[in-house]
Amino acid sequence: MRKSRVATDNPRQKGVSPPKPHPKWGREEETDVFAKKVKLFRQGKISEDDFRRFRLQHGAYGSRLHMEYSMVRIKVPGGEMTPDQIEKIAGLSEGFSIGSAHVSTRQNIQLHWVQLEDVSEVMRGLVETGLTTREACGNTVRNVMCSHFAGVCPNEQFDSTPYSMAIAKFFLRNPMCQNLPRKFKINFACCDQHGLVRVADIGLVPATREENGKTTRGFKIYLGGGLGAASFIGHLLEDFTPEDRVLSTCMATVRLFDRHGNRENMARNRMRYLVHETGWEKFQKMALKERSIVEMTTSHSTGQLFDVKSQEDTRQLPKAPRMTKLPVLNDQVTKESPAFERWLHTNVVPQKQDGYFTVFITLGAGDITASQLRVLASAIRDYSAEGVARNTPQQNFAVRYVRGTELRDFYEKLASAGLANPGALTIASVVGCSGTTSCNLAITNSHRLAKEVQRKFLELGLDTDDFLRDATIKISGCPNSCGQHEIATIGFFGGASRVNNSMTPTYTMLFGGSAGEQGELAKTAMRVPAKRVIDTVLKVIELYKQQRSGNESLHQWVVNVTKGQGTADIKNLEGLKAALAQVVQLPTPDQDPDSYRDYGSDSSFSAKTARGECAA
Amino acid sequence: MRSLTAGVAKKKSAKSSTGSAVKLPIVCDADMLRSLVRKKEVRVVDVRKVDDYNMDHIPTAVSLPLARVLENDTPDKIVDIIEELGISDKTPVVVYDDTFGALAARVAWTFQYVGHFNTALLEMTFKQWKELGLETEKQARTFPRAKHSLNINKEIYADASYVEAVKSQPGKMLIDSRERLNFLTEHIPGAKNIPYTMVGSNGSILRKPEELKRFIENRGIADNAEIITYCGSVGTLSGLTYYALKLAGFQNVKLYPKSFKEWKALGKPKEEFKDATYWDLSAE
Repeated sequence: MRKSRVATDNPRQKGVSPPKPHPKWGREEETDVFAKKVKLFRQGKISEDDFRRFRLQHGAYGSRLHMEYSMVRIKVPGGEMTPDQIEKIAGLSEGFSIGSAHVSTRQNIQLHWVQLEDVSEVMRGLVETGLTTREACGNTVRNVMCSHFAGVCPNEQFDSTPYSMAIAKFFLRNPMCQNLPRKFKINFACCDQHGLVRVADIGLVPATREENGKTTRGFKIYLGGGLGAASFIGHLLEDFTPEDRVLSTCMATVRLFDRHGNRENMARNRMRYLVHETGWEKFQKMALKERSIVEMTTSHSTGQLFDVKSQEDTRQLPKAPRMTKLPVLNDQVTKESPAFERWLHTNVVPQKQDGYFTVFITLGAGDITASQLRVLASAIRDYSAEGVARNTPQQNFAVRYVRGTELRDFYEKLASAGLANPGALTIASVVGCSGTTSCNLAITNSHRLAKEVQRKFLELGLDTDDFLRDATIKISGCPNSCGQHEIATIGFFGGASRVNNSMTPTYTMLFGGSAGEQGELAKTAMRVPAKRVIDTVLKVIELYKQQRSGNESLHQWVVNVTKGQGTADIKNLEGLKAALAQVVQLPTPDQDPDSYRDYGSDSSFSAKTARGECAA
Repeated sequence: MRSLTAGVAKKKSAKSSTGSAVKLPIVCDADMLRSLVRKKEVRVVDVRKVDDYNMDHIPTAVSLPLARVLENDTPDKIVDIIEELGISDKTPVVVYDDTFGALAARVAWTFQYVGHFNTALLEMTFKQWKELGLETEKQARTFPRAKHSLNINKEIYADASYVEAVKSQPGKMLIDSRERLNFLTEHIPGAKNIPYTMVGSNGSILRKPEELKRFIENRGIADNAEIITYCGSVGTLSGLTYYALKLAGFQNVKLYPKSFKEWKALGKPKEEFKDATYWDLSAE
């Protein structure tokens, strides 16, 4: 038996009853259909184009320069996963993938290098625990995201989770979005801080309005944002959209995109281009008008399919014991602090529910082994009063409703499986897309680079520096923004350049991006060879420490520099570029051939890509 | 701990009242083995390390560590070992390990190769046996030496030159049993990958026959195909795949026991995939 180390008023109420039932996103018949289609495709009875569209609709991407293999993307609405689902994914990753699973930046779980012929078996296993890959790729409404803090965030107006689930359920397999001009992304926030609402096709922030002494729930809805080769920040549709107009607003937007979106030019067919080319004021009018039409013509029974009530978690979670001593969340820690204290400081936040905490599991660019997944599942059962976890767009896991009195036990359980690394809520939680490890479009190994940056930062203890804490580093392996580099304090996207006459993996460095309701896009600064990225970031931190004024954080300083409001010697982006000119230099290829190679490669660099499948 | 009393296993008891030895299936379940042990009608072979065997083992089991088989991997020497373990031509043999069935598979295959056809794998590992609370003993067992004939079963064996000759022939198929990332790195040209991790399941060293059949069917492999399995070094992982394929109903399966290690040492051609840095996805 475990013993709590902190005295409590109440004895522990173990577990939750009943456990949260599995949602039923998956359908078994779809797995049989998939297996049949693969056979027909192999027999040459369906064309490659038709098969590709079908495959993507069912969540399987082709793998990098090797179409025998697929990346299977498991759609996890809101990122919420039960322990059974996590264990199932562990088994499937061992049986059919590479023994590790991967958390994406949109709350999906990805299994890489699955043989095409085995994809149906992965799907079959997923269905057993209610999961699906359906419409995880292709020209559909993709995974509906919801802030991993929704329901526990001290700043939220109300829990947006049931709304996000109801929207996800409404659009999944809905005929109105099976063949859109391009993919379509919907993100829910909990508050103005947490959530990617300005960089989605539809972003929703919970809000309330007082009317005649009554409080009405609703959302602030942003349209037409998105990251990519050209990124845009979403526009606010109206001051307040009451909850009974959420569905019609989303339907109207999808219909407008379906009707007016560009089906010719694949490079400019996301809705953000339509909004940009139409002009916001005009698009806004179109959206409001379309919504009226939707409201006048949608049948009652269709409206009933958007059922928020049925998505509410009605379980009564036990009250957490009141603690006589709070964990040292807010004390200063250092690299030399005990590991548990450092972890508490950088991975744990209090919830709005007294005595409960949300704990983050630091992963390296979202990678987690099958055996770690099993330990995670067991830890959720033992320590989370809600009995589920959420994966996060920072490629970590958030385990919520952990009693403050049990944080140490929980920590030790995680530590036994290498899951208690510090830094999840700090600059050391570096985001990296899959890059050349599996993606056809990638030019560089952004995935490994993200892990290398993280390792270096943890080694240096940068996670313990609270002035760096709100800064983020995000890395993509190509200009498309799966690594979300444009909303990072310091972002990078991969490319290839000739340096000293040698083809070299390089990254374009950007500064000053941010997420949340006030989110802004980062500004492009300069190119950095892959092997100079770590030193360059460290140099930026060094410059910040020399130049900062007062209590300015690294993030604030970088944002101020990008706005031309920098300090002392570094007034603006040009000043920062000049200060970094030296550190980005490479020795000659003769002196150090390795510095011209990409991470994970022992041969000279050449940029190889194949057709992307984001648009099919 | 359950006791070895009659009745517990009566449903699946192996009938042998006529005196002829029971014919074992490919995989022997726990109840069947317990019944045979009780009736003293089986030789149980423990292929774990000697130290592990000496701690505890399945009642009446003899010790034959895999290493000993590999050190004596010629038909004559294997038959000598079989005789030493008190196994006659008629003795049913059940083999188990604690390594998800892979070591047991390699030993079982070796017995069948030298002509002891009536050899089965225990459905579970020793750890799972213990977790179920089934009986164990400490006592090391020896039996009087038996007589065993040598009758080499060439049908289930492949060497490098055979693999090289048939690897691209229609109707024949080479299966690599190593994990996906190892396979992507390098493999025998033309080989397909069925990782050993795919054929086992929780609580059993091999999945149900219908599941295994479906996996194979998904891959469009014909029922009458000749399949040769290989793995990294000594034919353990591929030994397990060998039995998975037998369980799925394939008649013509061969093991290339010297596997990729020998293939590479002989300088034979390899297929490599260098266009992706897939190793960096592993969280190990």
